[in-house]
Amino acid sequence: MLASLILIPLAVALAIVVLPAASARAAALLGTLAAAAMTVVALVQFDWTEGGLMQFLTTTEWLPALGINLSFGADSISMLMIALTALLGPICVLASWTAITERVKTYYAWLLILQAAMVGVFVARDLIFFYICFEFTLIPMYVLISLYGSTNRKRAATTFFLYTFTGSVITLAGLAYVAYFNSTLPVDAFAGAGTWTFDIDTLEKAAAGQMSLSQQSLVLLALLCGFAVKVPLFPVHTWLPLAHTEAPTAGSVILAGVLLKLGTYGIYRFALGYTPDAFVYYAPVIATLCIIGILYGGLICWVQTDVKKLVAYSSVAHLGFCVLGLAALNHTGIQGSILYMINHGLSTGALFLLIGFMYERYHTRNMKEIGGLAAKMPIWATFMVFFVMASVGLPGLNGFVSEFLCMFGTFQASDHWSTGIWGSENAATIGATGGKLGPWYAAIAALGVIIAAMYLLIMVGKVVFGPLKEPGGHDSHGGGHSGGHGADSHTHLPPDLTAREITALVPLALACLIFGIYPKPLFEALKDPVNDTVAWVHKIAPPPMPEGNVNPSMIGSVEIGSPAANAASNVQEIAR
Amino acid sequence: MMERLAYLWPEIAVFATTCIVMVLGLSRSLAVRKASALVSGLGLLVALYLAITTTPGRIGGTLVDPAHGQSFLPTMVPFAKCLICIVALILLPLLAGTVDRAEEARIASGRGVFNPLRSNRAEFYSFFLFSITGLLLVASADDLIWLFLALELTSLPTYVMVAISASRHRAQEAGVKYFFLGALGAAMFLYGFALLYGATGTTNLNKIYDIFTASGISTLGMLGLLITLFGLFFKIAAVPMHFYTADVYQGAAPGVSAMLAFVPKTAGFLAILLIVGTVGWRFGPEGAGASLPEPIRITLWVAAALTMTIGNTLAVMQSSAKRMLAYSSIAHSGYMLVGVIVGPGDASFSKSGIAAVLFYLLAYGVMNVGCFAALAAIERKPKAGEDEAREIDHVDDLRGICRSHPVAGWTMVLCALSLLGLPPLLGFFGKLPLFTSAVSAGEIPLVIVLGLNSAIAAFYYLRLMALPLLEEAHPRAEATEDAPFAARRIAGVVSAGGVVLLAVLAGQLMTQSEIAGRYMPQYKPAAAAEQSQPSLMDALQAVPGVTGGR
Repeated sequence: MLASLILIPLAVALAIVVLPAASARAAALLGTLAAAAMTVVALVQFDWTEGGLMQFLTTTEWLPALGINLSFGADSISMLMIALTALLGPICVLASWTAITERVKTYYAWLLILQAAMVGVFVARDLIFFYICFEFTLIPMYVLISLYGSTNRKRAATTFFLYTFTGSVITLAGLAYVAYFNSTLPVDAFAGAGTWTFDIDTLEKAAAGQMSLSQQSLVLLALLCGFAVKVPLFPVHTWLPLAHTEAPTAGSVILAGVLLKLGTYGIYRFALGYTPDAFVYYAPVIATLCIIGILYGGLICWVQTDVKKLVAYSSVAHLGFCVLGLAALNHTGIQGSILYMINHGLSTGALFLLIGFMYERYHTRNMKEIGGLAAKMPIWATFMVFFVMASVGLPGLNGFVSEFLCMFGTFQASDHWSTGIWGSENAATIGATGGKLGPWYAAIAALGVIIAAMYLLIMVGKVVFGPLKEPGGHDSHGGGHSGGHGADSHTHLPPDLTAREITALVPLALACLIFGIYPKPLFEALKDPVNDTVAWVHKIAPPPMPEGNVNPSMIGSVEIGSPAANAASNVQEIAR
Repeated sequence: MMERLAYLWPEIAVFATTCIVMVLGLSRSLAVRKASALVSGLGLLVALYLAITTTPGRIGGTLVDPAHGQSFLPTMVPFAKCLICIVALILLPLLAGTVDRAEEARIASGRGVFNPLRSNRAEFYSFFLFSITGLLLVASADDLIWLFLALELTSLPTYVMVAISASRHRAQEAGVKYFFLGALGAAMFLYGFALLYGATGTTNLNKIYDIFTASGISTLGMLGLLITLFGLFFKIAAVPMHFYTADVYQGAAPGVSAMLAFVPKTAGFLAILLIVGTVGWRFGPEGAGASLPEPIRITLWVAAALTMTIGNTLAVMQSSAKRMLAYSSIAHSGYMLVGVIVGPGDASFSKSGIAAVLFYLLAYGVMNVGCFAALAAIERKPKAGEDEAREIDHVDDLRGICRSHPVAGWTMVLCALSLLGLPPLLGFFGKLPLFTSAVSAGEIPLVIVLGLNSAIAAFYYLRLMALPLLEEAHPRAEATEDAPFAARRIAGVVSAGGVVLLAVLAGQLMTQSEIAGRYMPQYKPAAAAEQSQPSLMDALQAVPGVTGGR
């Protein structure tokens, strides 16, 4: 089932190579639709009441000498990410329909290979298979940026590749260390201990349950080398604006929609799963980096004149919220963070689409050269305003829900907060609250929300509203009439969006609206896996409880004297 | 006598083929001389078969008898011979058209008749086979003198091959440079061998091992080991003995450069494993120490770190594809030295550095041949007044070759990505055991150096990938054409296919290289020197996976 989600895009990519160039985009559209249909089948077959369980598990032996298997499985988080990937697939093909005119076979083949690799990341249950897919996304993206990007594309593609490749090689060393550590454990510690394996679950038990804090910290550092670059967190974010700005529209959509999420997904799965002690210990540091990213990204957006660069930097800020929610280490924060991964993919993906459509017509992204497009492109303007609102976090749209949850989780994540939370039936269970952040973190991060509203609304104000301004000598003083022929004479596109472009945008808009008004199904789906994760983190690294409110079940769950308990008590001492 | 011969059937087969090829070279007919490549290939196939079936120490062969072969890495011998024969079989078609090309083109166009005196073809192939014979002999060496002769037999033909591989002064300059520095390297390890003999009173590797284990390493012995290692660094092109590499690779024809990147390197690594094996990776009282003796470990550590860093850094700066590949070959030696430092670990592939080195040698051989095959498969059209096409060398010549020369272009793309270690290609699965074994041995700093070097390497491998695949040919670039030798493209296709397919099917190869990387003394802890022979046999029989009786 899950393997077919990888194999369908790969097969279509192969078909595109064989077929004549004229049919490439049709084949790509059919292929991505087939993959999407297959994803729908998988979504239906998935047992959503057991969202925390890995389902569709299959394992095939591959390289036993190195402990590598081909094993697939998905819980509800993986399924949602796969759904996002599958949804963006056909949209990207539609977005490239007229924009890509040269070397179309190469383009669509790599686009589909990229989709296969991304799905592979989300379904992998073997660490090396995960890593292979994680790394292999680099090549298609490199080709897409460097062949089909704008003027500075070569440098952008190389920077993108080198940044992420460097980080993830260090991650590989960390993963190898975890595998080695597991192989040195006594065989009777748990199933799979003492053998050389790259099974994700086995290694999770080994790393989280048996490593000391200092070992976990090193592993966490190695993991963050790869994942933080991918997200990107503050000091290592410099590749992102460049890559986003230069990438073709579909490349930006996939980059913002899914590729960045590989980083947050990796942090969720591995930093939280493998190194909870260290993650709890360093949560304030990570949160601080996130907040710097939120504020710094926002401030840079404020002074941008390039619309695409503005949205790219806004991704830095938004992903900061996303990781902040993870660092909150409680149910609310983590749930918000995972919702954020999906919602950011929808709204920012759509923004990149809109900017791409505009660029296709005007060949500029400079806010000084364009303005007041509402007069010329009313449909485009409507969508633009809608998605900017979703991105800003207007209540009633999807961005609000996740951003609010991330902030709220951060706010309530104090050491001495233990009452129930809004919207969760599990309020009183283990791990409903806890963590090391607190109101201060939330308060400063909230400034980022204000900044985000400011720069996005300024951008809308300039580009959508105001007097019409068009580039290339068509600066009309009176209205749209004199600029009427300027754009479409070059591109053969009508002034406003075509049916194809609207088709690409409508699913995203619907999803933004539905998840904004009625996010309950998502909450239900995410409840189990997030509960499991929080319970796992708090089992390994229990949060300090207020006096007299000690949860007995939690104390019993960690054996006294085990490395985990020792590490946990270290954390508590340090925390005091 | 017969026991000793049991080691040598592949060598005998290759040597017999060499003699046949030399005799063919006396023929007055061009057609007969043209058969020499084919005969060489058949000889190598026979040698491969013999290496699989007869060589002692593994499945298919018999068990090794310590009286008749080196006994601390016995299972390495058959694996090494198989890998040598396989890579030699891929190298062979790449050498097509390297010598006698102008002469034969003249004959084909009817402007001349065949003059037997002016043809070097058969000699060229027999030199190649001589070199392979030497390499096979290195693998089965159990004695310092044997080892020295085998190493020289490997190298001497290559000096000539470099010089005659292209009709231009640069090739001759490269040959001379290579010869003088090679002689220096040989002098160094010969001096080291002499010191080892002085320290132990024997040239037999087993006995040297016994003496070192029983009574420790004297200062003289340590000096001998270190000087030997430095001499062997020349063969593997490791820092500080790497200076010749770029000039020689650039000067020689691409087929010969590909051979230089594999044959002497493999000889060097096998010899290093044998020499380091005489002290062992758990050197200490009763064979229970933690690692190599400290001076050797430090030497190898520094050499590995410097070799990969200098190799990769200098490769980034090159504009000649062959020089780039030469520095990349230096860097890969550095990667493999990590495995030598790690040593055998325990009996599992993921922790055995020796297994990682042996597997990497095969992987490197395949992907490296691919890169040179891509260069050899394309050449510039001859200008007016020139009767010979010139090979491409500048990286800009690679622009857009995926479209103009798809076979060569895609070979280059796949092999460059594999050299980079990008999953899921063969290079990644070669590098992964180096990572895991070094992590297992606690060499974390070295792993970090290795990781960062992989990232530096991305700079230039990415160019080798992007220029053919993504760029357009330069408008003012000289016109290129496919080299008129399908064999070169076949070599490229085979390597590119290997880079993809061996990655998928690497399981069996990994199992075999794990068996090959077993260091026997660790199967008999605390064995005293005089008991080592009988207990070794018991230990070998107890090794899982090594079956087959005597």
